[in-house]
Amino acid sequence: MRVVVDLTLCQGYAQCCFLAPNLFTLLGEEALLYDPGPDDSERVAVLRSAAACPVQAILVEDSSAS
Amino acid sequence: MSGDSFKECGRIVIVGAGLAGLRGAETLRAKGFTGSVTVVGEEEYEPYDRPPLSKQVLTGHAPANHTLLPRLGPLDGVDWRLGVKAVGLDRSANQVHLDDGSALSFDRVLIATGLRARPWPKKEEAALDGVFVVHGIDDATAVRRRLEAGPGRVLVIGGGFIGSEFASVCRMLDIDVTLVERGPSPLSGALGGVIGDIAAGIQRAHGVDLRTGTRVEALEGDEDGRVRAARLSDGEMLQADLVLAALGGIRNTEWLRGSGLAAGPLGVACDAGCRAADENAIVTDDVFVAGDVARFPHVLYGRELVALEHWRNAVVGAQIAAHNMLSEPVHRRPHVSVPMFWSIQFGVNIKSVGIPSIADEIVITQGSPNDRRFVAAYGSQGRTVAAVTFDGAHWLEHYESLIMSSAPFPPDLGDADQATGADRKPAAFPPPGTVSHGPTVVVTGHSPTEVRAHRIFTEEMNP
Repeated sequence: MRVVVDLTLCQGYAQCCFLAPNLFTLLGEEALLYDPGPDDSERVAVLRSAAACPVQAILVEDSSAS
Repeated sequence: MSGDSFKECGRIVIVGAGLAGLRGAETLRAKGFTGSVTVVGEEEYEPYDRPPLSKQVLTGHAPANHTLLPRLGPLDGVDWRLGVKAVGLDRSANQVHLDDGSALSFDRVLIATGLRARPWPKKEEAALDGVFVVHGIDDATAVRRRLEAGPGRVLVIGGGFIGSEFASVCRMLDIDVTLVERGPSPLSGALGGVIGDIAAGIQRAHGVDLRTGTRVEALEGDEDGRVRAARLSDGEMLQADLVLAALGGIRNTEWLRGSGLAAGPLGVACDAGCRAADENAIVTDDVFVAGDVARFPHVLYGRELVALEHWRNAVVGAQIAAHNMLSEPVHRRPHVSVPMFWSIQFGVNIKSVGIPSIADEIVITQGSPNDRRFVAAYGSQGRTVAAVTFDGAHWLEHYESLIMSSAPFPPDLGDADQATGADRKPAAFPPPGTVSHGPTVVVTGHSPTEVRAHRIFTEEMNP
């Protein structure tokens, strides 16, 4: 699946790092490293992270998009 | 064709299949355009995200082919012409000419060709095995492979954001790295000398062999054509088996030669609504521009033409352009968003808002550079025009509002944790042409730099 984080918006709240620690990692205080192409089996964790992001910076492809 | 009939059965061609091209196509469909949309991309790949390439891809956190961008809207029936390059725009016939000899007819066209990495200028040396740029998926994949093989020493030429991020990646992987910067400090082209000195301190603390005020004169290869050393301006022969040229970007406008548009190395000039201008500064009705390649008059900067190499600018510009392509004049929107930028290096999240490089003064407003956690505001003519944060992203929105309201400089932060003993200092931007990296923002317009730019244009177009 495809994910992109709008790092213009990201403020390092790190909710995603708690909810999907395999995919989102903080480097230092607030620099986010993430895997933009996680396996489909991670979909639930990714969607949870996207929903929990306080600044709604995590953008996930809708599986119905063509 | 206009109004409803255009929206139903018009033909739109988008030239450029990057972030701006993708978001533009999505916006057209989301706003009800049911005509034909054709997206032309020089690379074989579907639209992908570039920022991770110089960060998590090189560190091995994610493979390069994971960077394909999520599609965030309907793209029904969009015709992707990938692996072909636009070579001309014929505004009389309303056609885009492609390098496979074919042509695409359009009613409206969106130019979103972005930029490419500026290669090491000496062609024979640039062709040596082990000399790279990092701009695309293929570059990142090739460089990652070399990093995995464990190079002896990496040489980075240019201390802008890409060069500094690459040096950071090398240190994370425990690889010896030398960064050579012609100017006084890394990042100084984009953020000025005060921040550049702080960045230099961070790089050295992380073990980067940083050489400022130094040029690479030549790259040397062995008999098998592999790079092995660089001759520096101080006479040293530096051994290196992997070289990254991080010399900024070249805007992809050559294909527009002869189109009559105001296109050159600084980008394609357009109005605040993303409509391209021709060489006589007459705005066109059917040619639009978005992303890195667009130069648009920004309301916050005296309506001077601004070109922004920023992720957000590609998204917003493409959305505005697509909206305006479908809208009657009274419903068109201006591109007025405040420039924003980020970079991740040496474990620090560096972000900026506004355009630092137009400032003459800087003040540390919060935190302390010694802790590598601070905010600095930039001023020009007594107004706050930009800010940079090192691990202080949550402050950015506040500074954005100061910039949007042209707040006095230095800004009054009230009861916030204002830095003590904050002194206003010259922002210390090096003069143009004295750093091996540029700012990621180019402000142009009625200034002498136009003349210089014209000269660059002539050299590049007629080598």
